[in-house]
Amino acid sequence: MSIAQQPLVERKATQARPPKRNGRWSGYRHLLMARMLELKREPEVVFWVFVFPLLLAVGLGIAFRNKPGDASSIAIVTGPQSQRAQSLLQSSPQHSSFKIDVQSDQSARKGFRLGKYDLVIEPNATGGLQYLYDPARPESVLAKAEADNAIQRAAGRQDVVATSVVTSSEPGSRYIDFLIPGLLGMNLMNSGMWGIGFALVDMRQRKLLKRFVGTPMRRGDFLLALMSSRLVLMIIEIGLLLTLGVVVFHMKVLDSIFSILIVGAMGAMCFGGVGLLTASRAQKIESVSGLMNLVMMPMWIFSGVFFSYERFPSVIQPLIKALPLTALNDALRASILEGTPLIHQWSRLAILIAWGVVSFLLALRWFRWT
Amino acid sequence: MATAIQCRDLRKTYDGKVEAVRGLNLEIQAGECFGLLGPNGAGKTTTIEILEGLLEPTSGQVSIFGRTWKTDAREMREWLGISLQETRLSEKLTVRETINLFASFYREPRASEDVLEELQLTEKADAWVGKLSGGQRQRLAVATALVCNPKILFLDEPTTGLDPQSRRQLWDIIRSFQRGGGTVLLTTHYMDEAERLCDRLAIVDHGQIIAEGSPAELIQRLGGHHFVEFAVTGNSDGAALDAWRALPSVDSVREDDGMISLSVKEPHLAIPALLEALGKQGSSLQHLTTRQASLEDVFVRLTGRHLRED
Repeated sequence: MSIAQQPLVERKATQARPPKRNGRWSGYRHLLMARMLELKREPEVVFWVFVFPLLLAVGLGIAFRNKPGDASSIAIVTGPQSQRAQSLLQSSPQHSSFKIDVQSDQSARKGFRLGKYDLVIEPNATGGLQYLYDPARPESVLAKAEADNAIQRAAGRQDVVATSVVTSSEPGSRYIDFLIPGLLGMNLMNSGMWGIGFALVDMRQRKLLKRFVGTPMRRGDFLLALMSSRLVLMIIEIGLLLTLGVVVFHMKVLDSIFSILIVGAMGAMCFGGVGLLTASRAQKIESVSGLMNLVMMPMWIFSGVFFSYERFPSVIQPLIKALPLTALNDALRASILEGTPLIHQWSRLAILIAWGVVSFLLALRWFRWT
Repeated sequence: MATAIQCRDLRKTYDGKVEAVRGLNLEIQAGECFGLLGPNGAGKTTTIEILEGLLEPTSGQVSIFGRTWKTDAREMREWLGISLQETRLSEKLTVRETINLFASFYREPRASEDVLEELQLTEKADAWVGKLSGGQRQRLAVATALVCNPKILFLDEPTTGLDPQSRRQLWDIIRSFQRGGGTVLLTTHYMDEAERLCDRLAIVDHGQIIAEGSPAELIQRLGGHHFVEFAVTGNSDGAALDAWRALPSVDSVREDDGMISLSVKEPHLAIPALLEALGKQGSSLQHLTTRQASLEDVFVRLTGRHLRED
């Protein structure tokens, strides 16, 4: 068998197909398509981008689900008066919200230290009660107030002002409602940064970037294709998480899915740009991982993913609000939970666009292709 | 004939210390297959990447069909086909997808099907790149270069690590490109590749060209075209070596591990004389071969080292 013996002329003759003419965007289209095909054929991507956030949402949703207030666990120290304290608590109308153990002084204190008890009641010699609680532990503060209230009432105290209570745990104000948009934002950041950062450094290591630069490919198109590949994934990510929220946790989505997708698209492009910039010069996967964590760490902490950033001192609030993830989370929450129209969110969207555009331009300038 | 590639006094210094290329001049004609032959680390890759416009030279000029990278880079990319040393293409794309992707970067690429046929990849068109053999991968790498219908094909170590059959297949592809009027510049550290493929070649060592010419010319310049190699019983000391050198038509003598190697112009004169001399000495032959001089011998003569030192 030999190809050498095949006369060349004959081979050329069979190749009569005319050359094609490529338009301005043909490179961009093919780069984007190639990227999507690669992602589709990578099973890990499907897990980390789509399944993992769902698992996280389900896990956290269950851990922080709204259940009837936890019973306070109270230890009463054994002594002459302990029987009386116990019966006062048990005869109160709220007795079901107390879990009472009678314990020796030592084991009561030990249990309190370990968090097993929220409150220790120690009857003293004069017939009074001494509360041991920790003002820094919300459940301890609550247990003390509730127990004291119950004991006083059971012992015959009359309230001076008539009060009544109404409870509210409407969808929209629960923890899971707060959490899902935060997870969405975080997920857009994570998958944008990792997806682009790893892909780039990998291509750089494989010298594929160098090979691309040896063609007339437009460099901006290449970076743009990488960024916009995030858009398609973003639609799936948002769709899945919101569906989960609505179906499993009965979330109410107030704004139209269209405006939520616009916010998501801006977030995806923004972090695409930040990811490009972060990976613009790194030569090794290890070094890009470090950089990625460095960039994302402040946002994991400050941008209100799992809890509100209002808890941080007011001095740093302007800084926190300038972070892209904060802007994205706020915008998603406002859209999903409050139905705030996009026009009233222009400042947040402007922050996202600014981060995206500036990072893209810097990346284009500093990018190392070889 | 037009000059395809020209470079003058090319120098490249990495980090101000390592001098990879030290004043290199080349002139390659259109339609020629030109080889840069040299051992690993000689500066071949640096040179070819400067010519490809992927590396900036520290000093010196490069022009390709009269254009320079500074002024016409976008245009030049349209008609240069490049295959780098060790590019790993995306494993999860198919062969056809990969060729289409590269085709999409050019204004008027060839039809991907033609390129697939020419490089005998049609059968593998829908296989993932990750599933290809080394030879198929290398042919795909060349396909991504040929899809733009290049005027010049740059190949950096195109057959390194391939089995003999795959190497021959690639050689055929390169030849047929050349026959179609294309210019080829390749680097290699295989002398047989350089000998068979190249019209002219430059032997590169330590960032400089130490010899240039057609393979036949370079071998000719060695003096002897043939080598007579033999081993004898008994002692062979310095005096014996002098005796061999005195034989008719012998150019030079080397001893390598007990094997004596005579560089000879005309074996039919040298061998009878050798046998006669042995008879007089009373020693007998243990081994005798003759072979034609190769580029390897040229390299050894010029540098005192072998091309591949492994």
